[in-house]
Amino acid sequence: MSDHGLTWNVVDDIRQIFSYHFMVNALQAGTIVAVVAGAIGYFVVLRRQSFVGHTLAVVGFPGAAGATYLGISAVAGYFAVCIVGALIIAALPSAGRAGSGVGGSGEESAVIGTLQAFALACGFLFVSLYKGFLSGLNTLLFGTITGVADSQVAVLLIAGLVALALLVGLGRPLLFTSVDTDVAKARGVPVRWVSTGFLLLLGIAAAGTSQVTGSLLVFALLVAPAATAARLTARPALGVTLSIVIALVVTWLGEGIAFFSPYPIGFWVTTLAFGAFLLAATYRWSTDRFGVVGGFGNRVLERRPAGGAV
Amino acid sequence: MTGLQGMLSHPFMQNAFLAGTSVALLSGLVGFFVVLRGQVFAGDALSHVAYAGALAALAAGVDLRFGLFAATVAVGLALGFLGGRGAADDAVIGTTFAWVLGLGVFFLAYYTTHGSGSTVNGNANVTVLFGSIFGISTAAAITSAWIAAGLIVVLVVIARPLLFASIDPAVAAGRGVPVRILGPLFLAIVGATAGEASQAVGALLLLGLLAAPAAAARRLTDRPWAAFCLAGALAVAAMWAGLTLSFMVDALPPSFTIMAAAAAEYVVSAGVSVVRRRAIAPGPRSLQSAAGTWHP
Repeated sequence: MSDHGLTWNVVDDIRQIFSYHFMVNALQAGTIVAVVAGAIGYFVVLRRQSFVGHTLAVVGFPGAAGATYLGISAVAGYFAVCIVGALIIAALPSAGRAGSGVGGSGEESAVIGTLQAFALACGFLFVSLYKGFLSGLNTLLFGTITGVADSQVAVLLIAGLVALALLVGLGRPLLFTSVDTDVAKARGVPVRWVSTGFLLLLGIAAAGTSQVTGSLLVFALLVAPAATAARLTARPALGVTLSIVIALVVTWLGEGIAFFSPYPIGFWVTTLAFGAFLLAATYRWSTDRFGVVGGFGNRVLERRPAGGAV
Repeated sequence: MTGLQGMLSHPFMQNAFLAGTSVALLSGLVGFFVVLRGQVFAGDALSHVAYAGALAALAAGVDLRFGLFAATVAVGLALGFLGGRGAADDAVIGTTFAWVLGLGVFFLAYYTTHGSGSTVNGNANVTVLFGSIFGISTAAAITSAWIAAGLIVVLVVIARPLLFASIDPAVAAGRGVPVRILGPLFLAIVGATAGEASQAVGALLLLGLLAAPAAAARRLTDRPWAAFCLAGALAVAAMWAGLTLSFMVDALPPSFTIMAAAAAEYVVSAGVSVVRRRAIAPGPRSLQSAAGTWHP
């Protein structure tokens, strides 16, 4: 994007960005996605399910590529495949539970790895069947700021609102289940349903995030902001808010910088998110190390919520 | 079937079979230990590194393979020395490797705008991501076969102590097995394998070649050495089936058919093991395989 110059006048720069319709669309889409991914990402990190989130996003790639090949909109492909994928994972005996992140047995992760590689191979098949679509490959994998249509923003907005409404409804039992599954079960929380509902949310979030960061880089918005927030505070409400704010800042800055630089948004968003995470991890390390009193509190994953009301 | 008979008379198919067989055998054998040691995520990480390394080499104007191997082996060693068991959680690993992939995208854009790659950029990127085994040259195929042979020899030499160290590191260390050196050495081999496999099936798909045959072999047998050999054989079988199918059906790219064959192997062997487990009354043996652990 070298045809628009960066000046020292910030207001002028921002006016320049907003004078392009595609940038307005990109910022709207990015804002919706950042809010949803930041909020849901907090629970992804709390439940250690980031590998599942990555798998769902990767599965979205053949969905979008296949939809494009068939002449349907890629947006429909993302959402349909990610939601179906979430339901399949929920049906597996162990994968729906909190904590099925990286670990599990060697075989469980081997199966997930095989599934990811096969999904990517299917996406590659659709891309190569649809000749001339090869330039769209990078868009699907690594994101873009130029390709967001008006209809896409509308779909993202509806999906985002549905996801947030679900999350608000699910919030307290979800938090309880994530922090201590056994106690939650004993208190009568329908753990299975809560986990399935959350996987569905994760599918929606992964599909939405893929459209901004690309299928391979969803971690930048879905996990990194939440992991950063988890290192700064132990309080859930503050953590979710912080996670959303970080995701928003990363998205806006990433899209803004990508507008003025020749390098794609995927690079900027991952770099900014990783930088924020490094800063928070360093802060965490120094307070732990030197015992600075007055940090934001203990690490969230090690604390249980006070009381136990659902 | 005349097409099949003539298949091996094409030089590009000979190259593909030479490179493919050696890469698949290496991946299958290495994959057995990757799955046994629960290091599939490390394999995933190394595939991201392979992408970034290859594109960094292209951006710097160096040979692509140099970047591949330098990056993957170095990161493999670093992972081995720095990462104790369960030291980093999945959010940390995921965030870091999303960034590594983001760096790869940066090098791709740099290569496109500054380097010589403006015309061939699309191809180079797709080649690194998804491989191009039909496009491999004779010289590259022979080099790849030699590297694979060397790595297999190293792996076979360290296989016994590595198996011991993978199943029970504490006892192995007590018996004088150099556990601290074996871990990083093995991850360096995984890194080199990632570099090899990237040329055949691409950085994004090599995880399938590492994980699927090994997981299938574990389903079929409880004995470690049988599973080790079976994993290698299944990987080679997937490679041959994939290459043949892709040769016969023009529309299907080889990377897809190879992955499909490997995934099918796992699905079939999982089915076989379920049927077998139902047939045998539950006893100590099936309990043992259900727990997923081996006692040599």
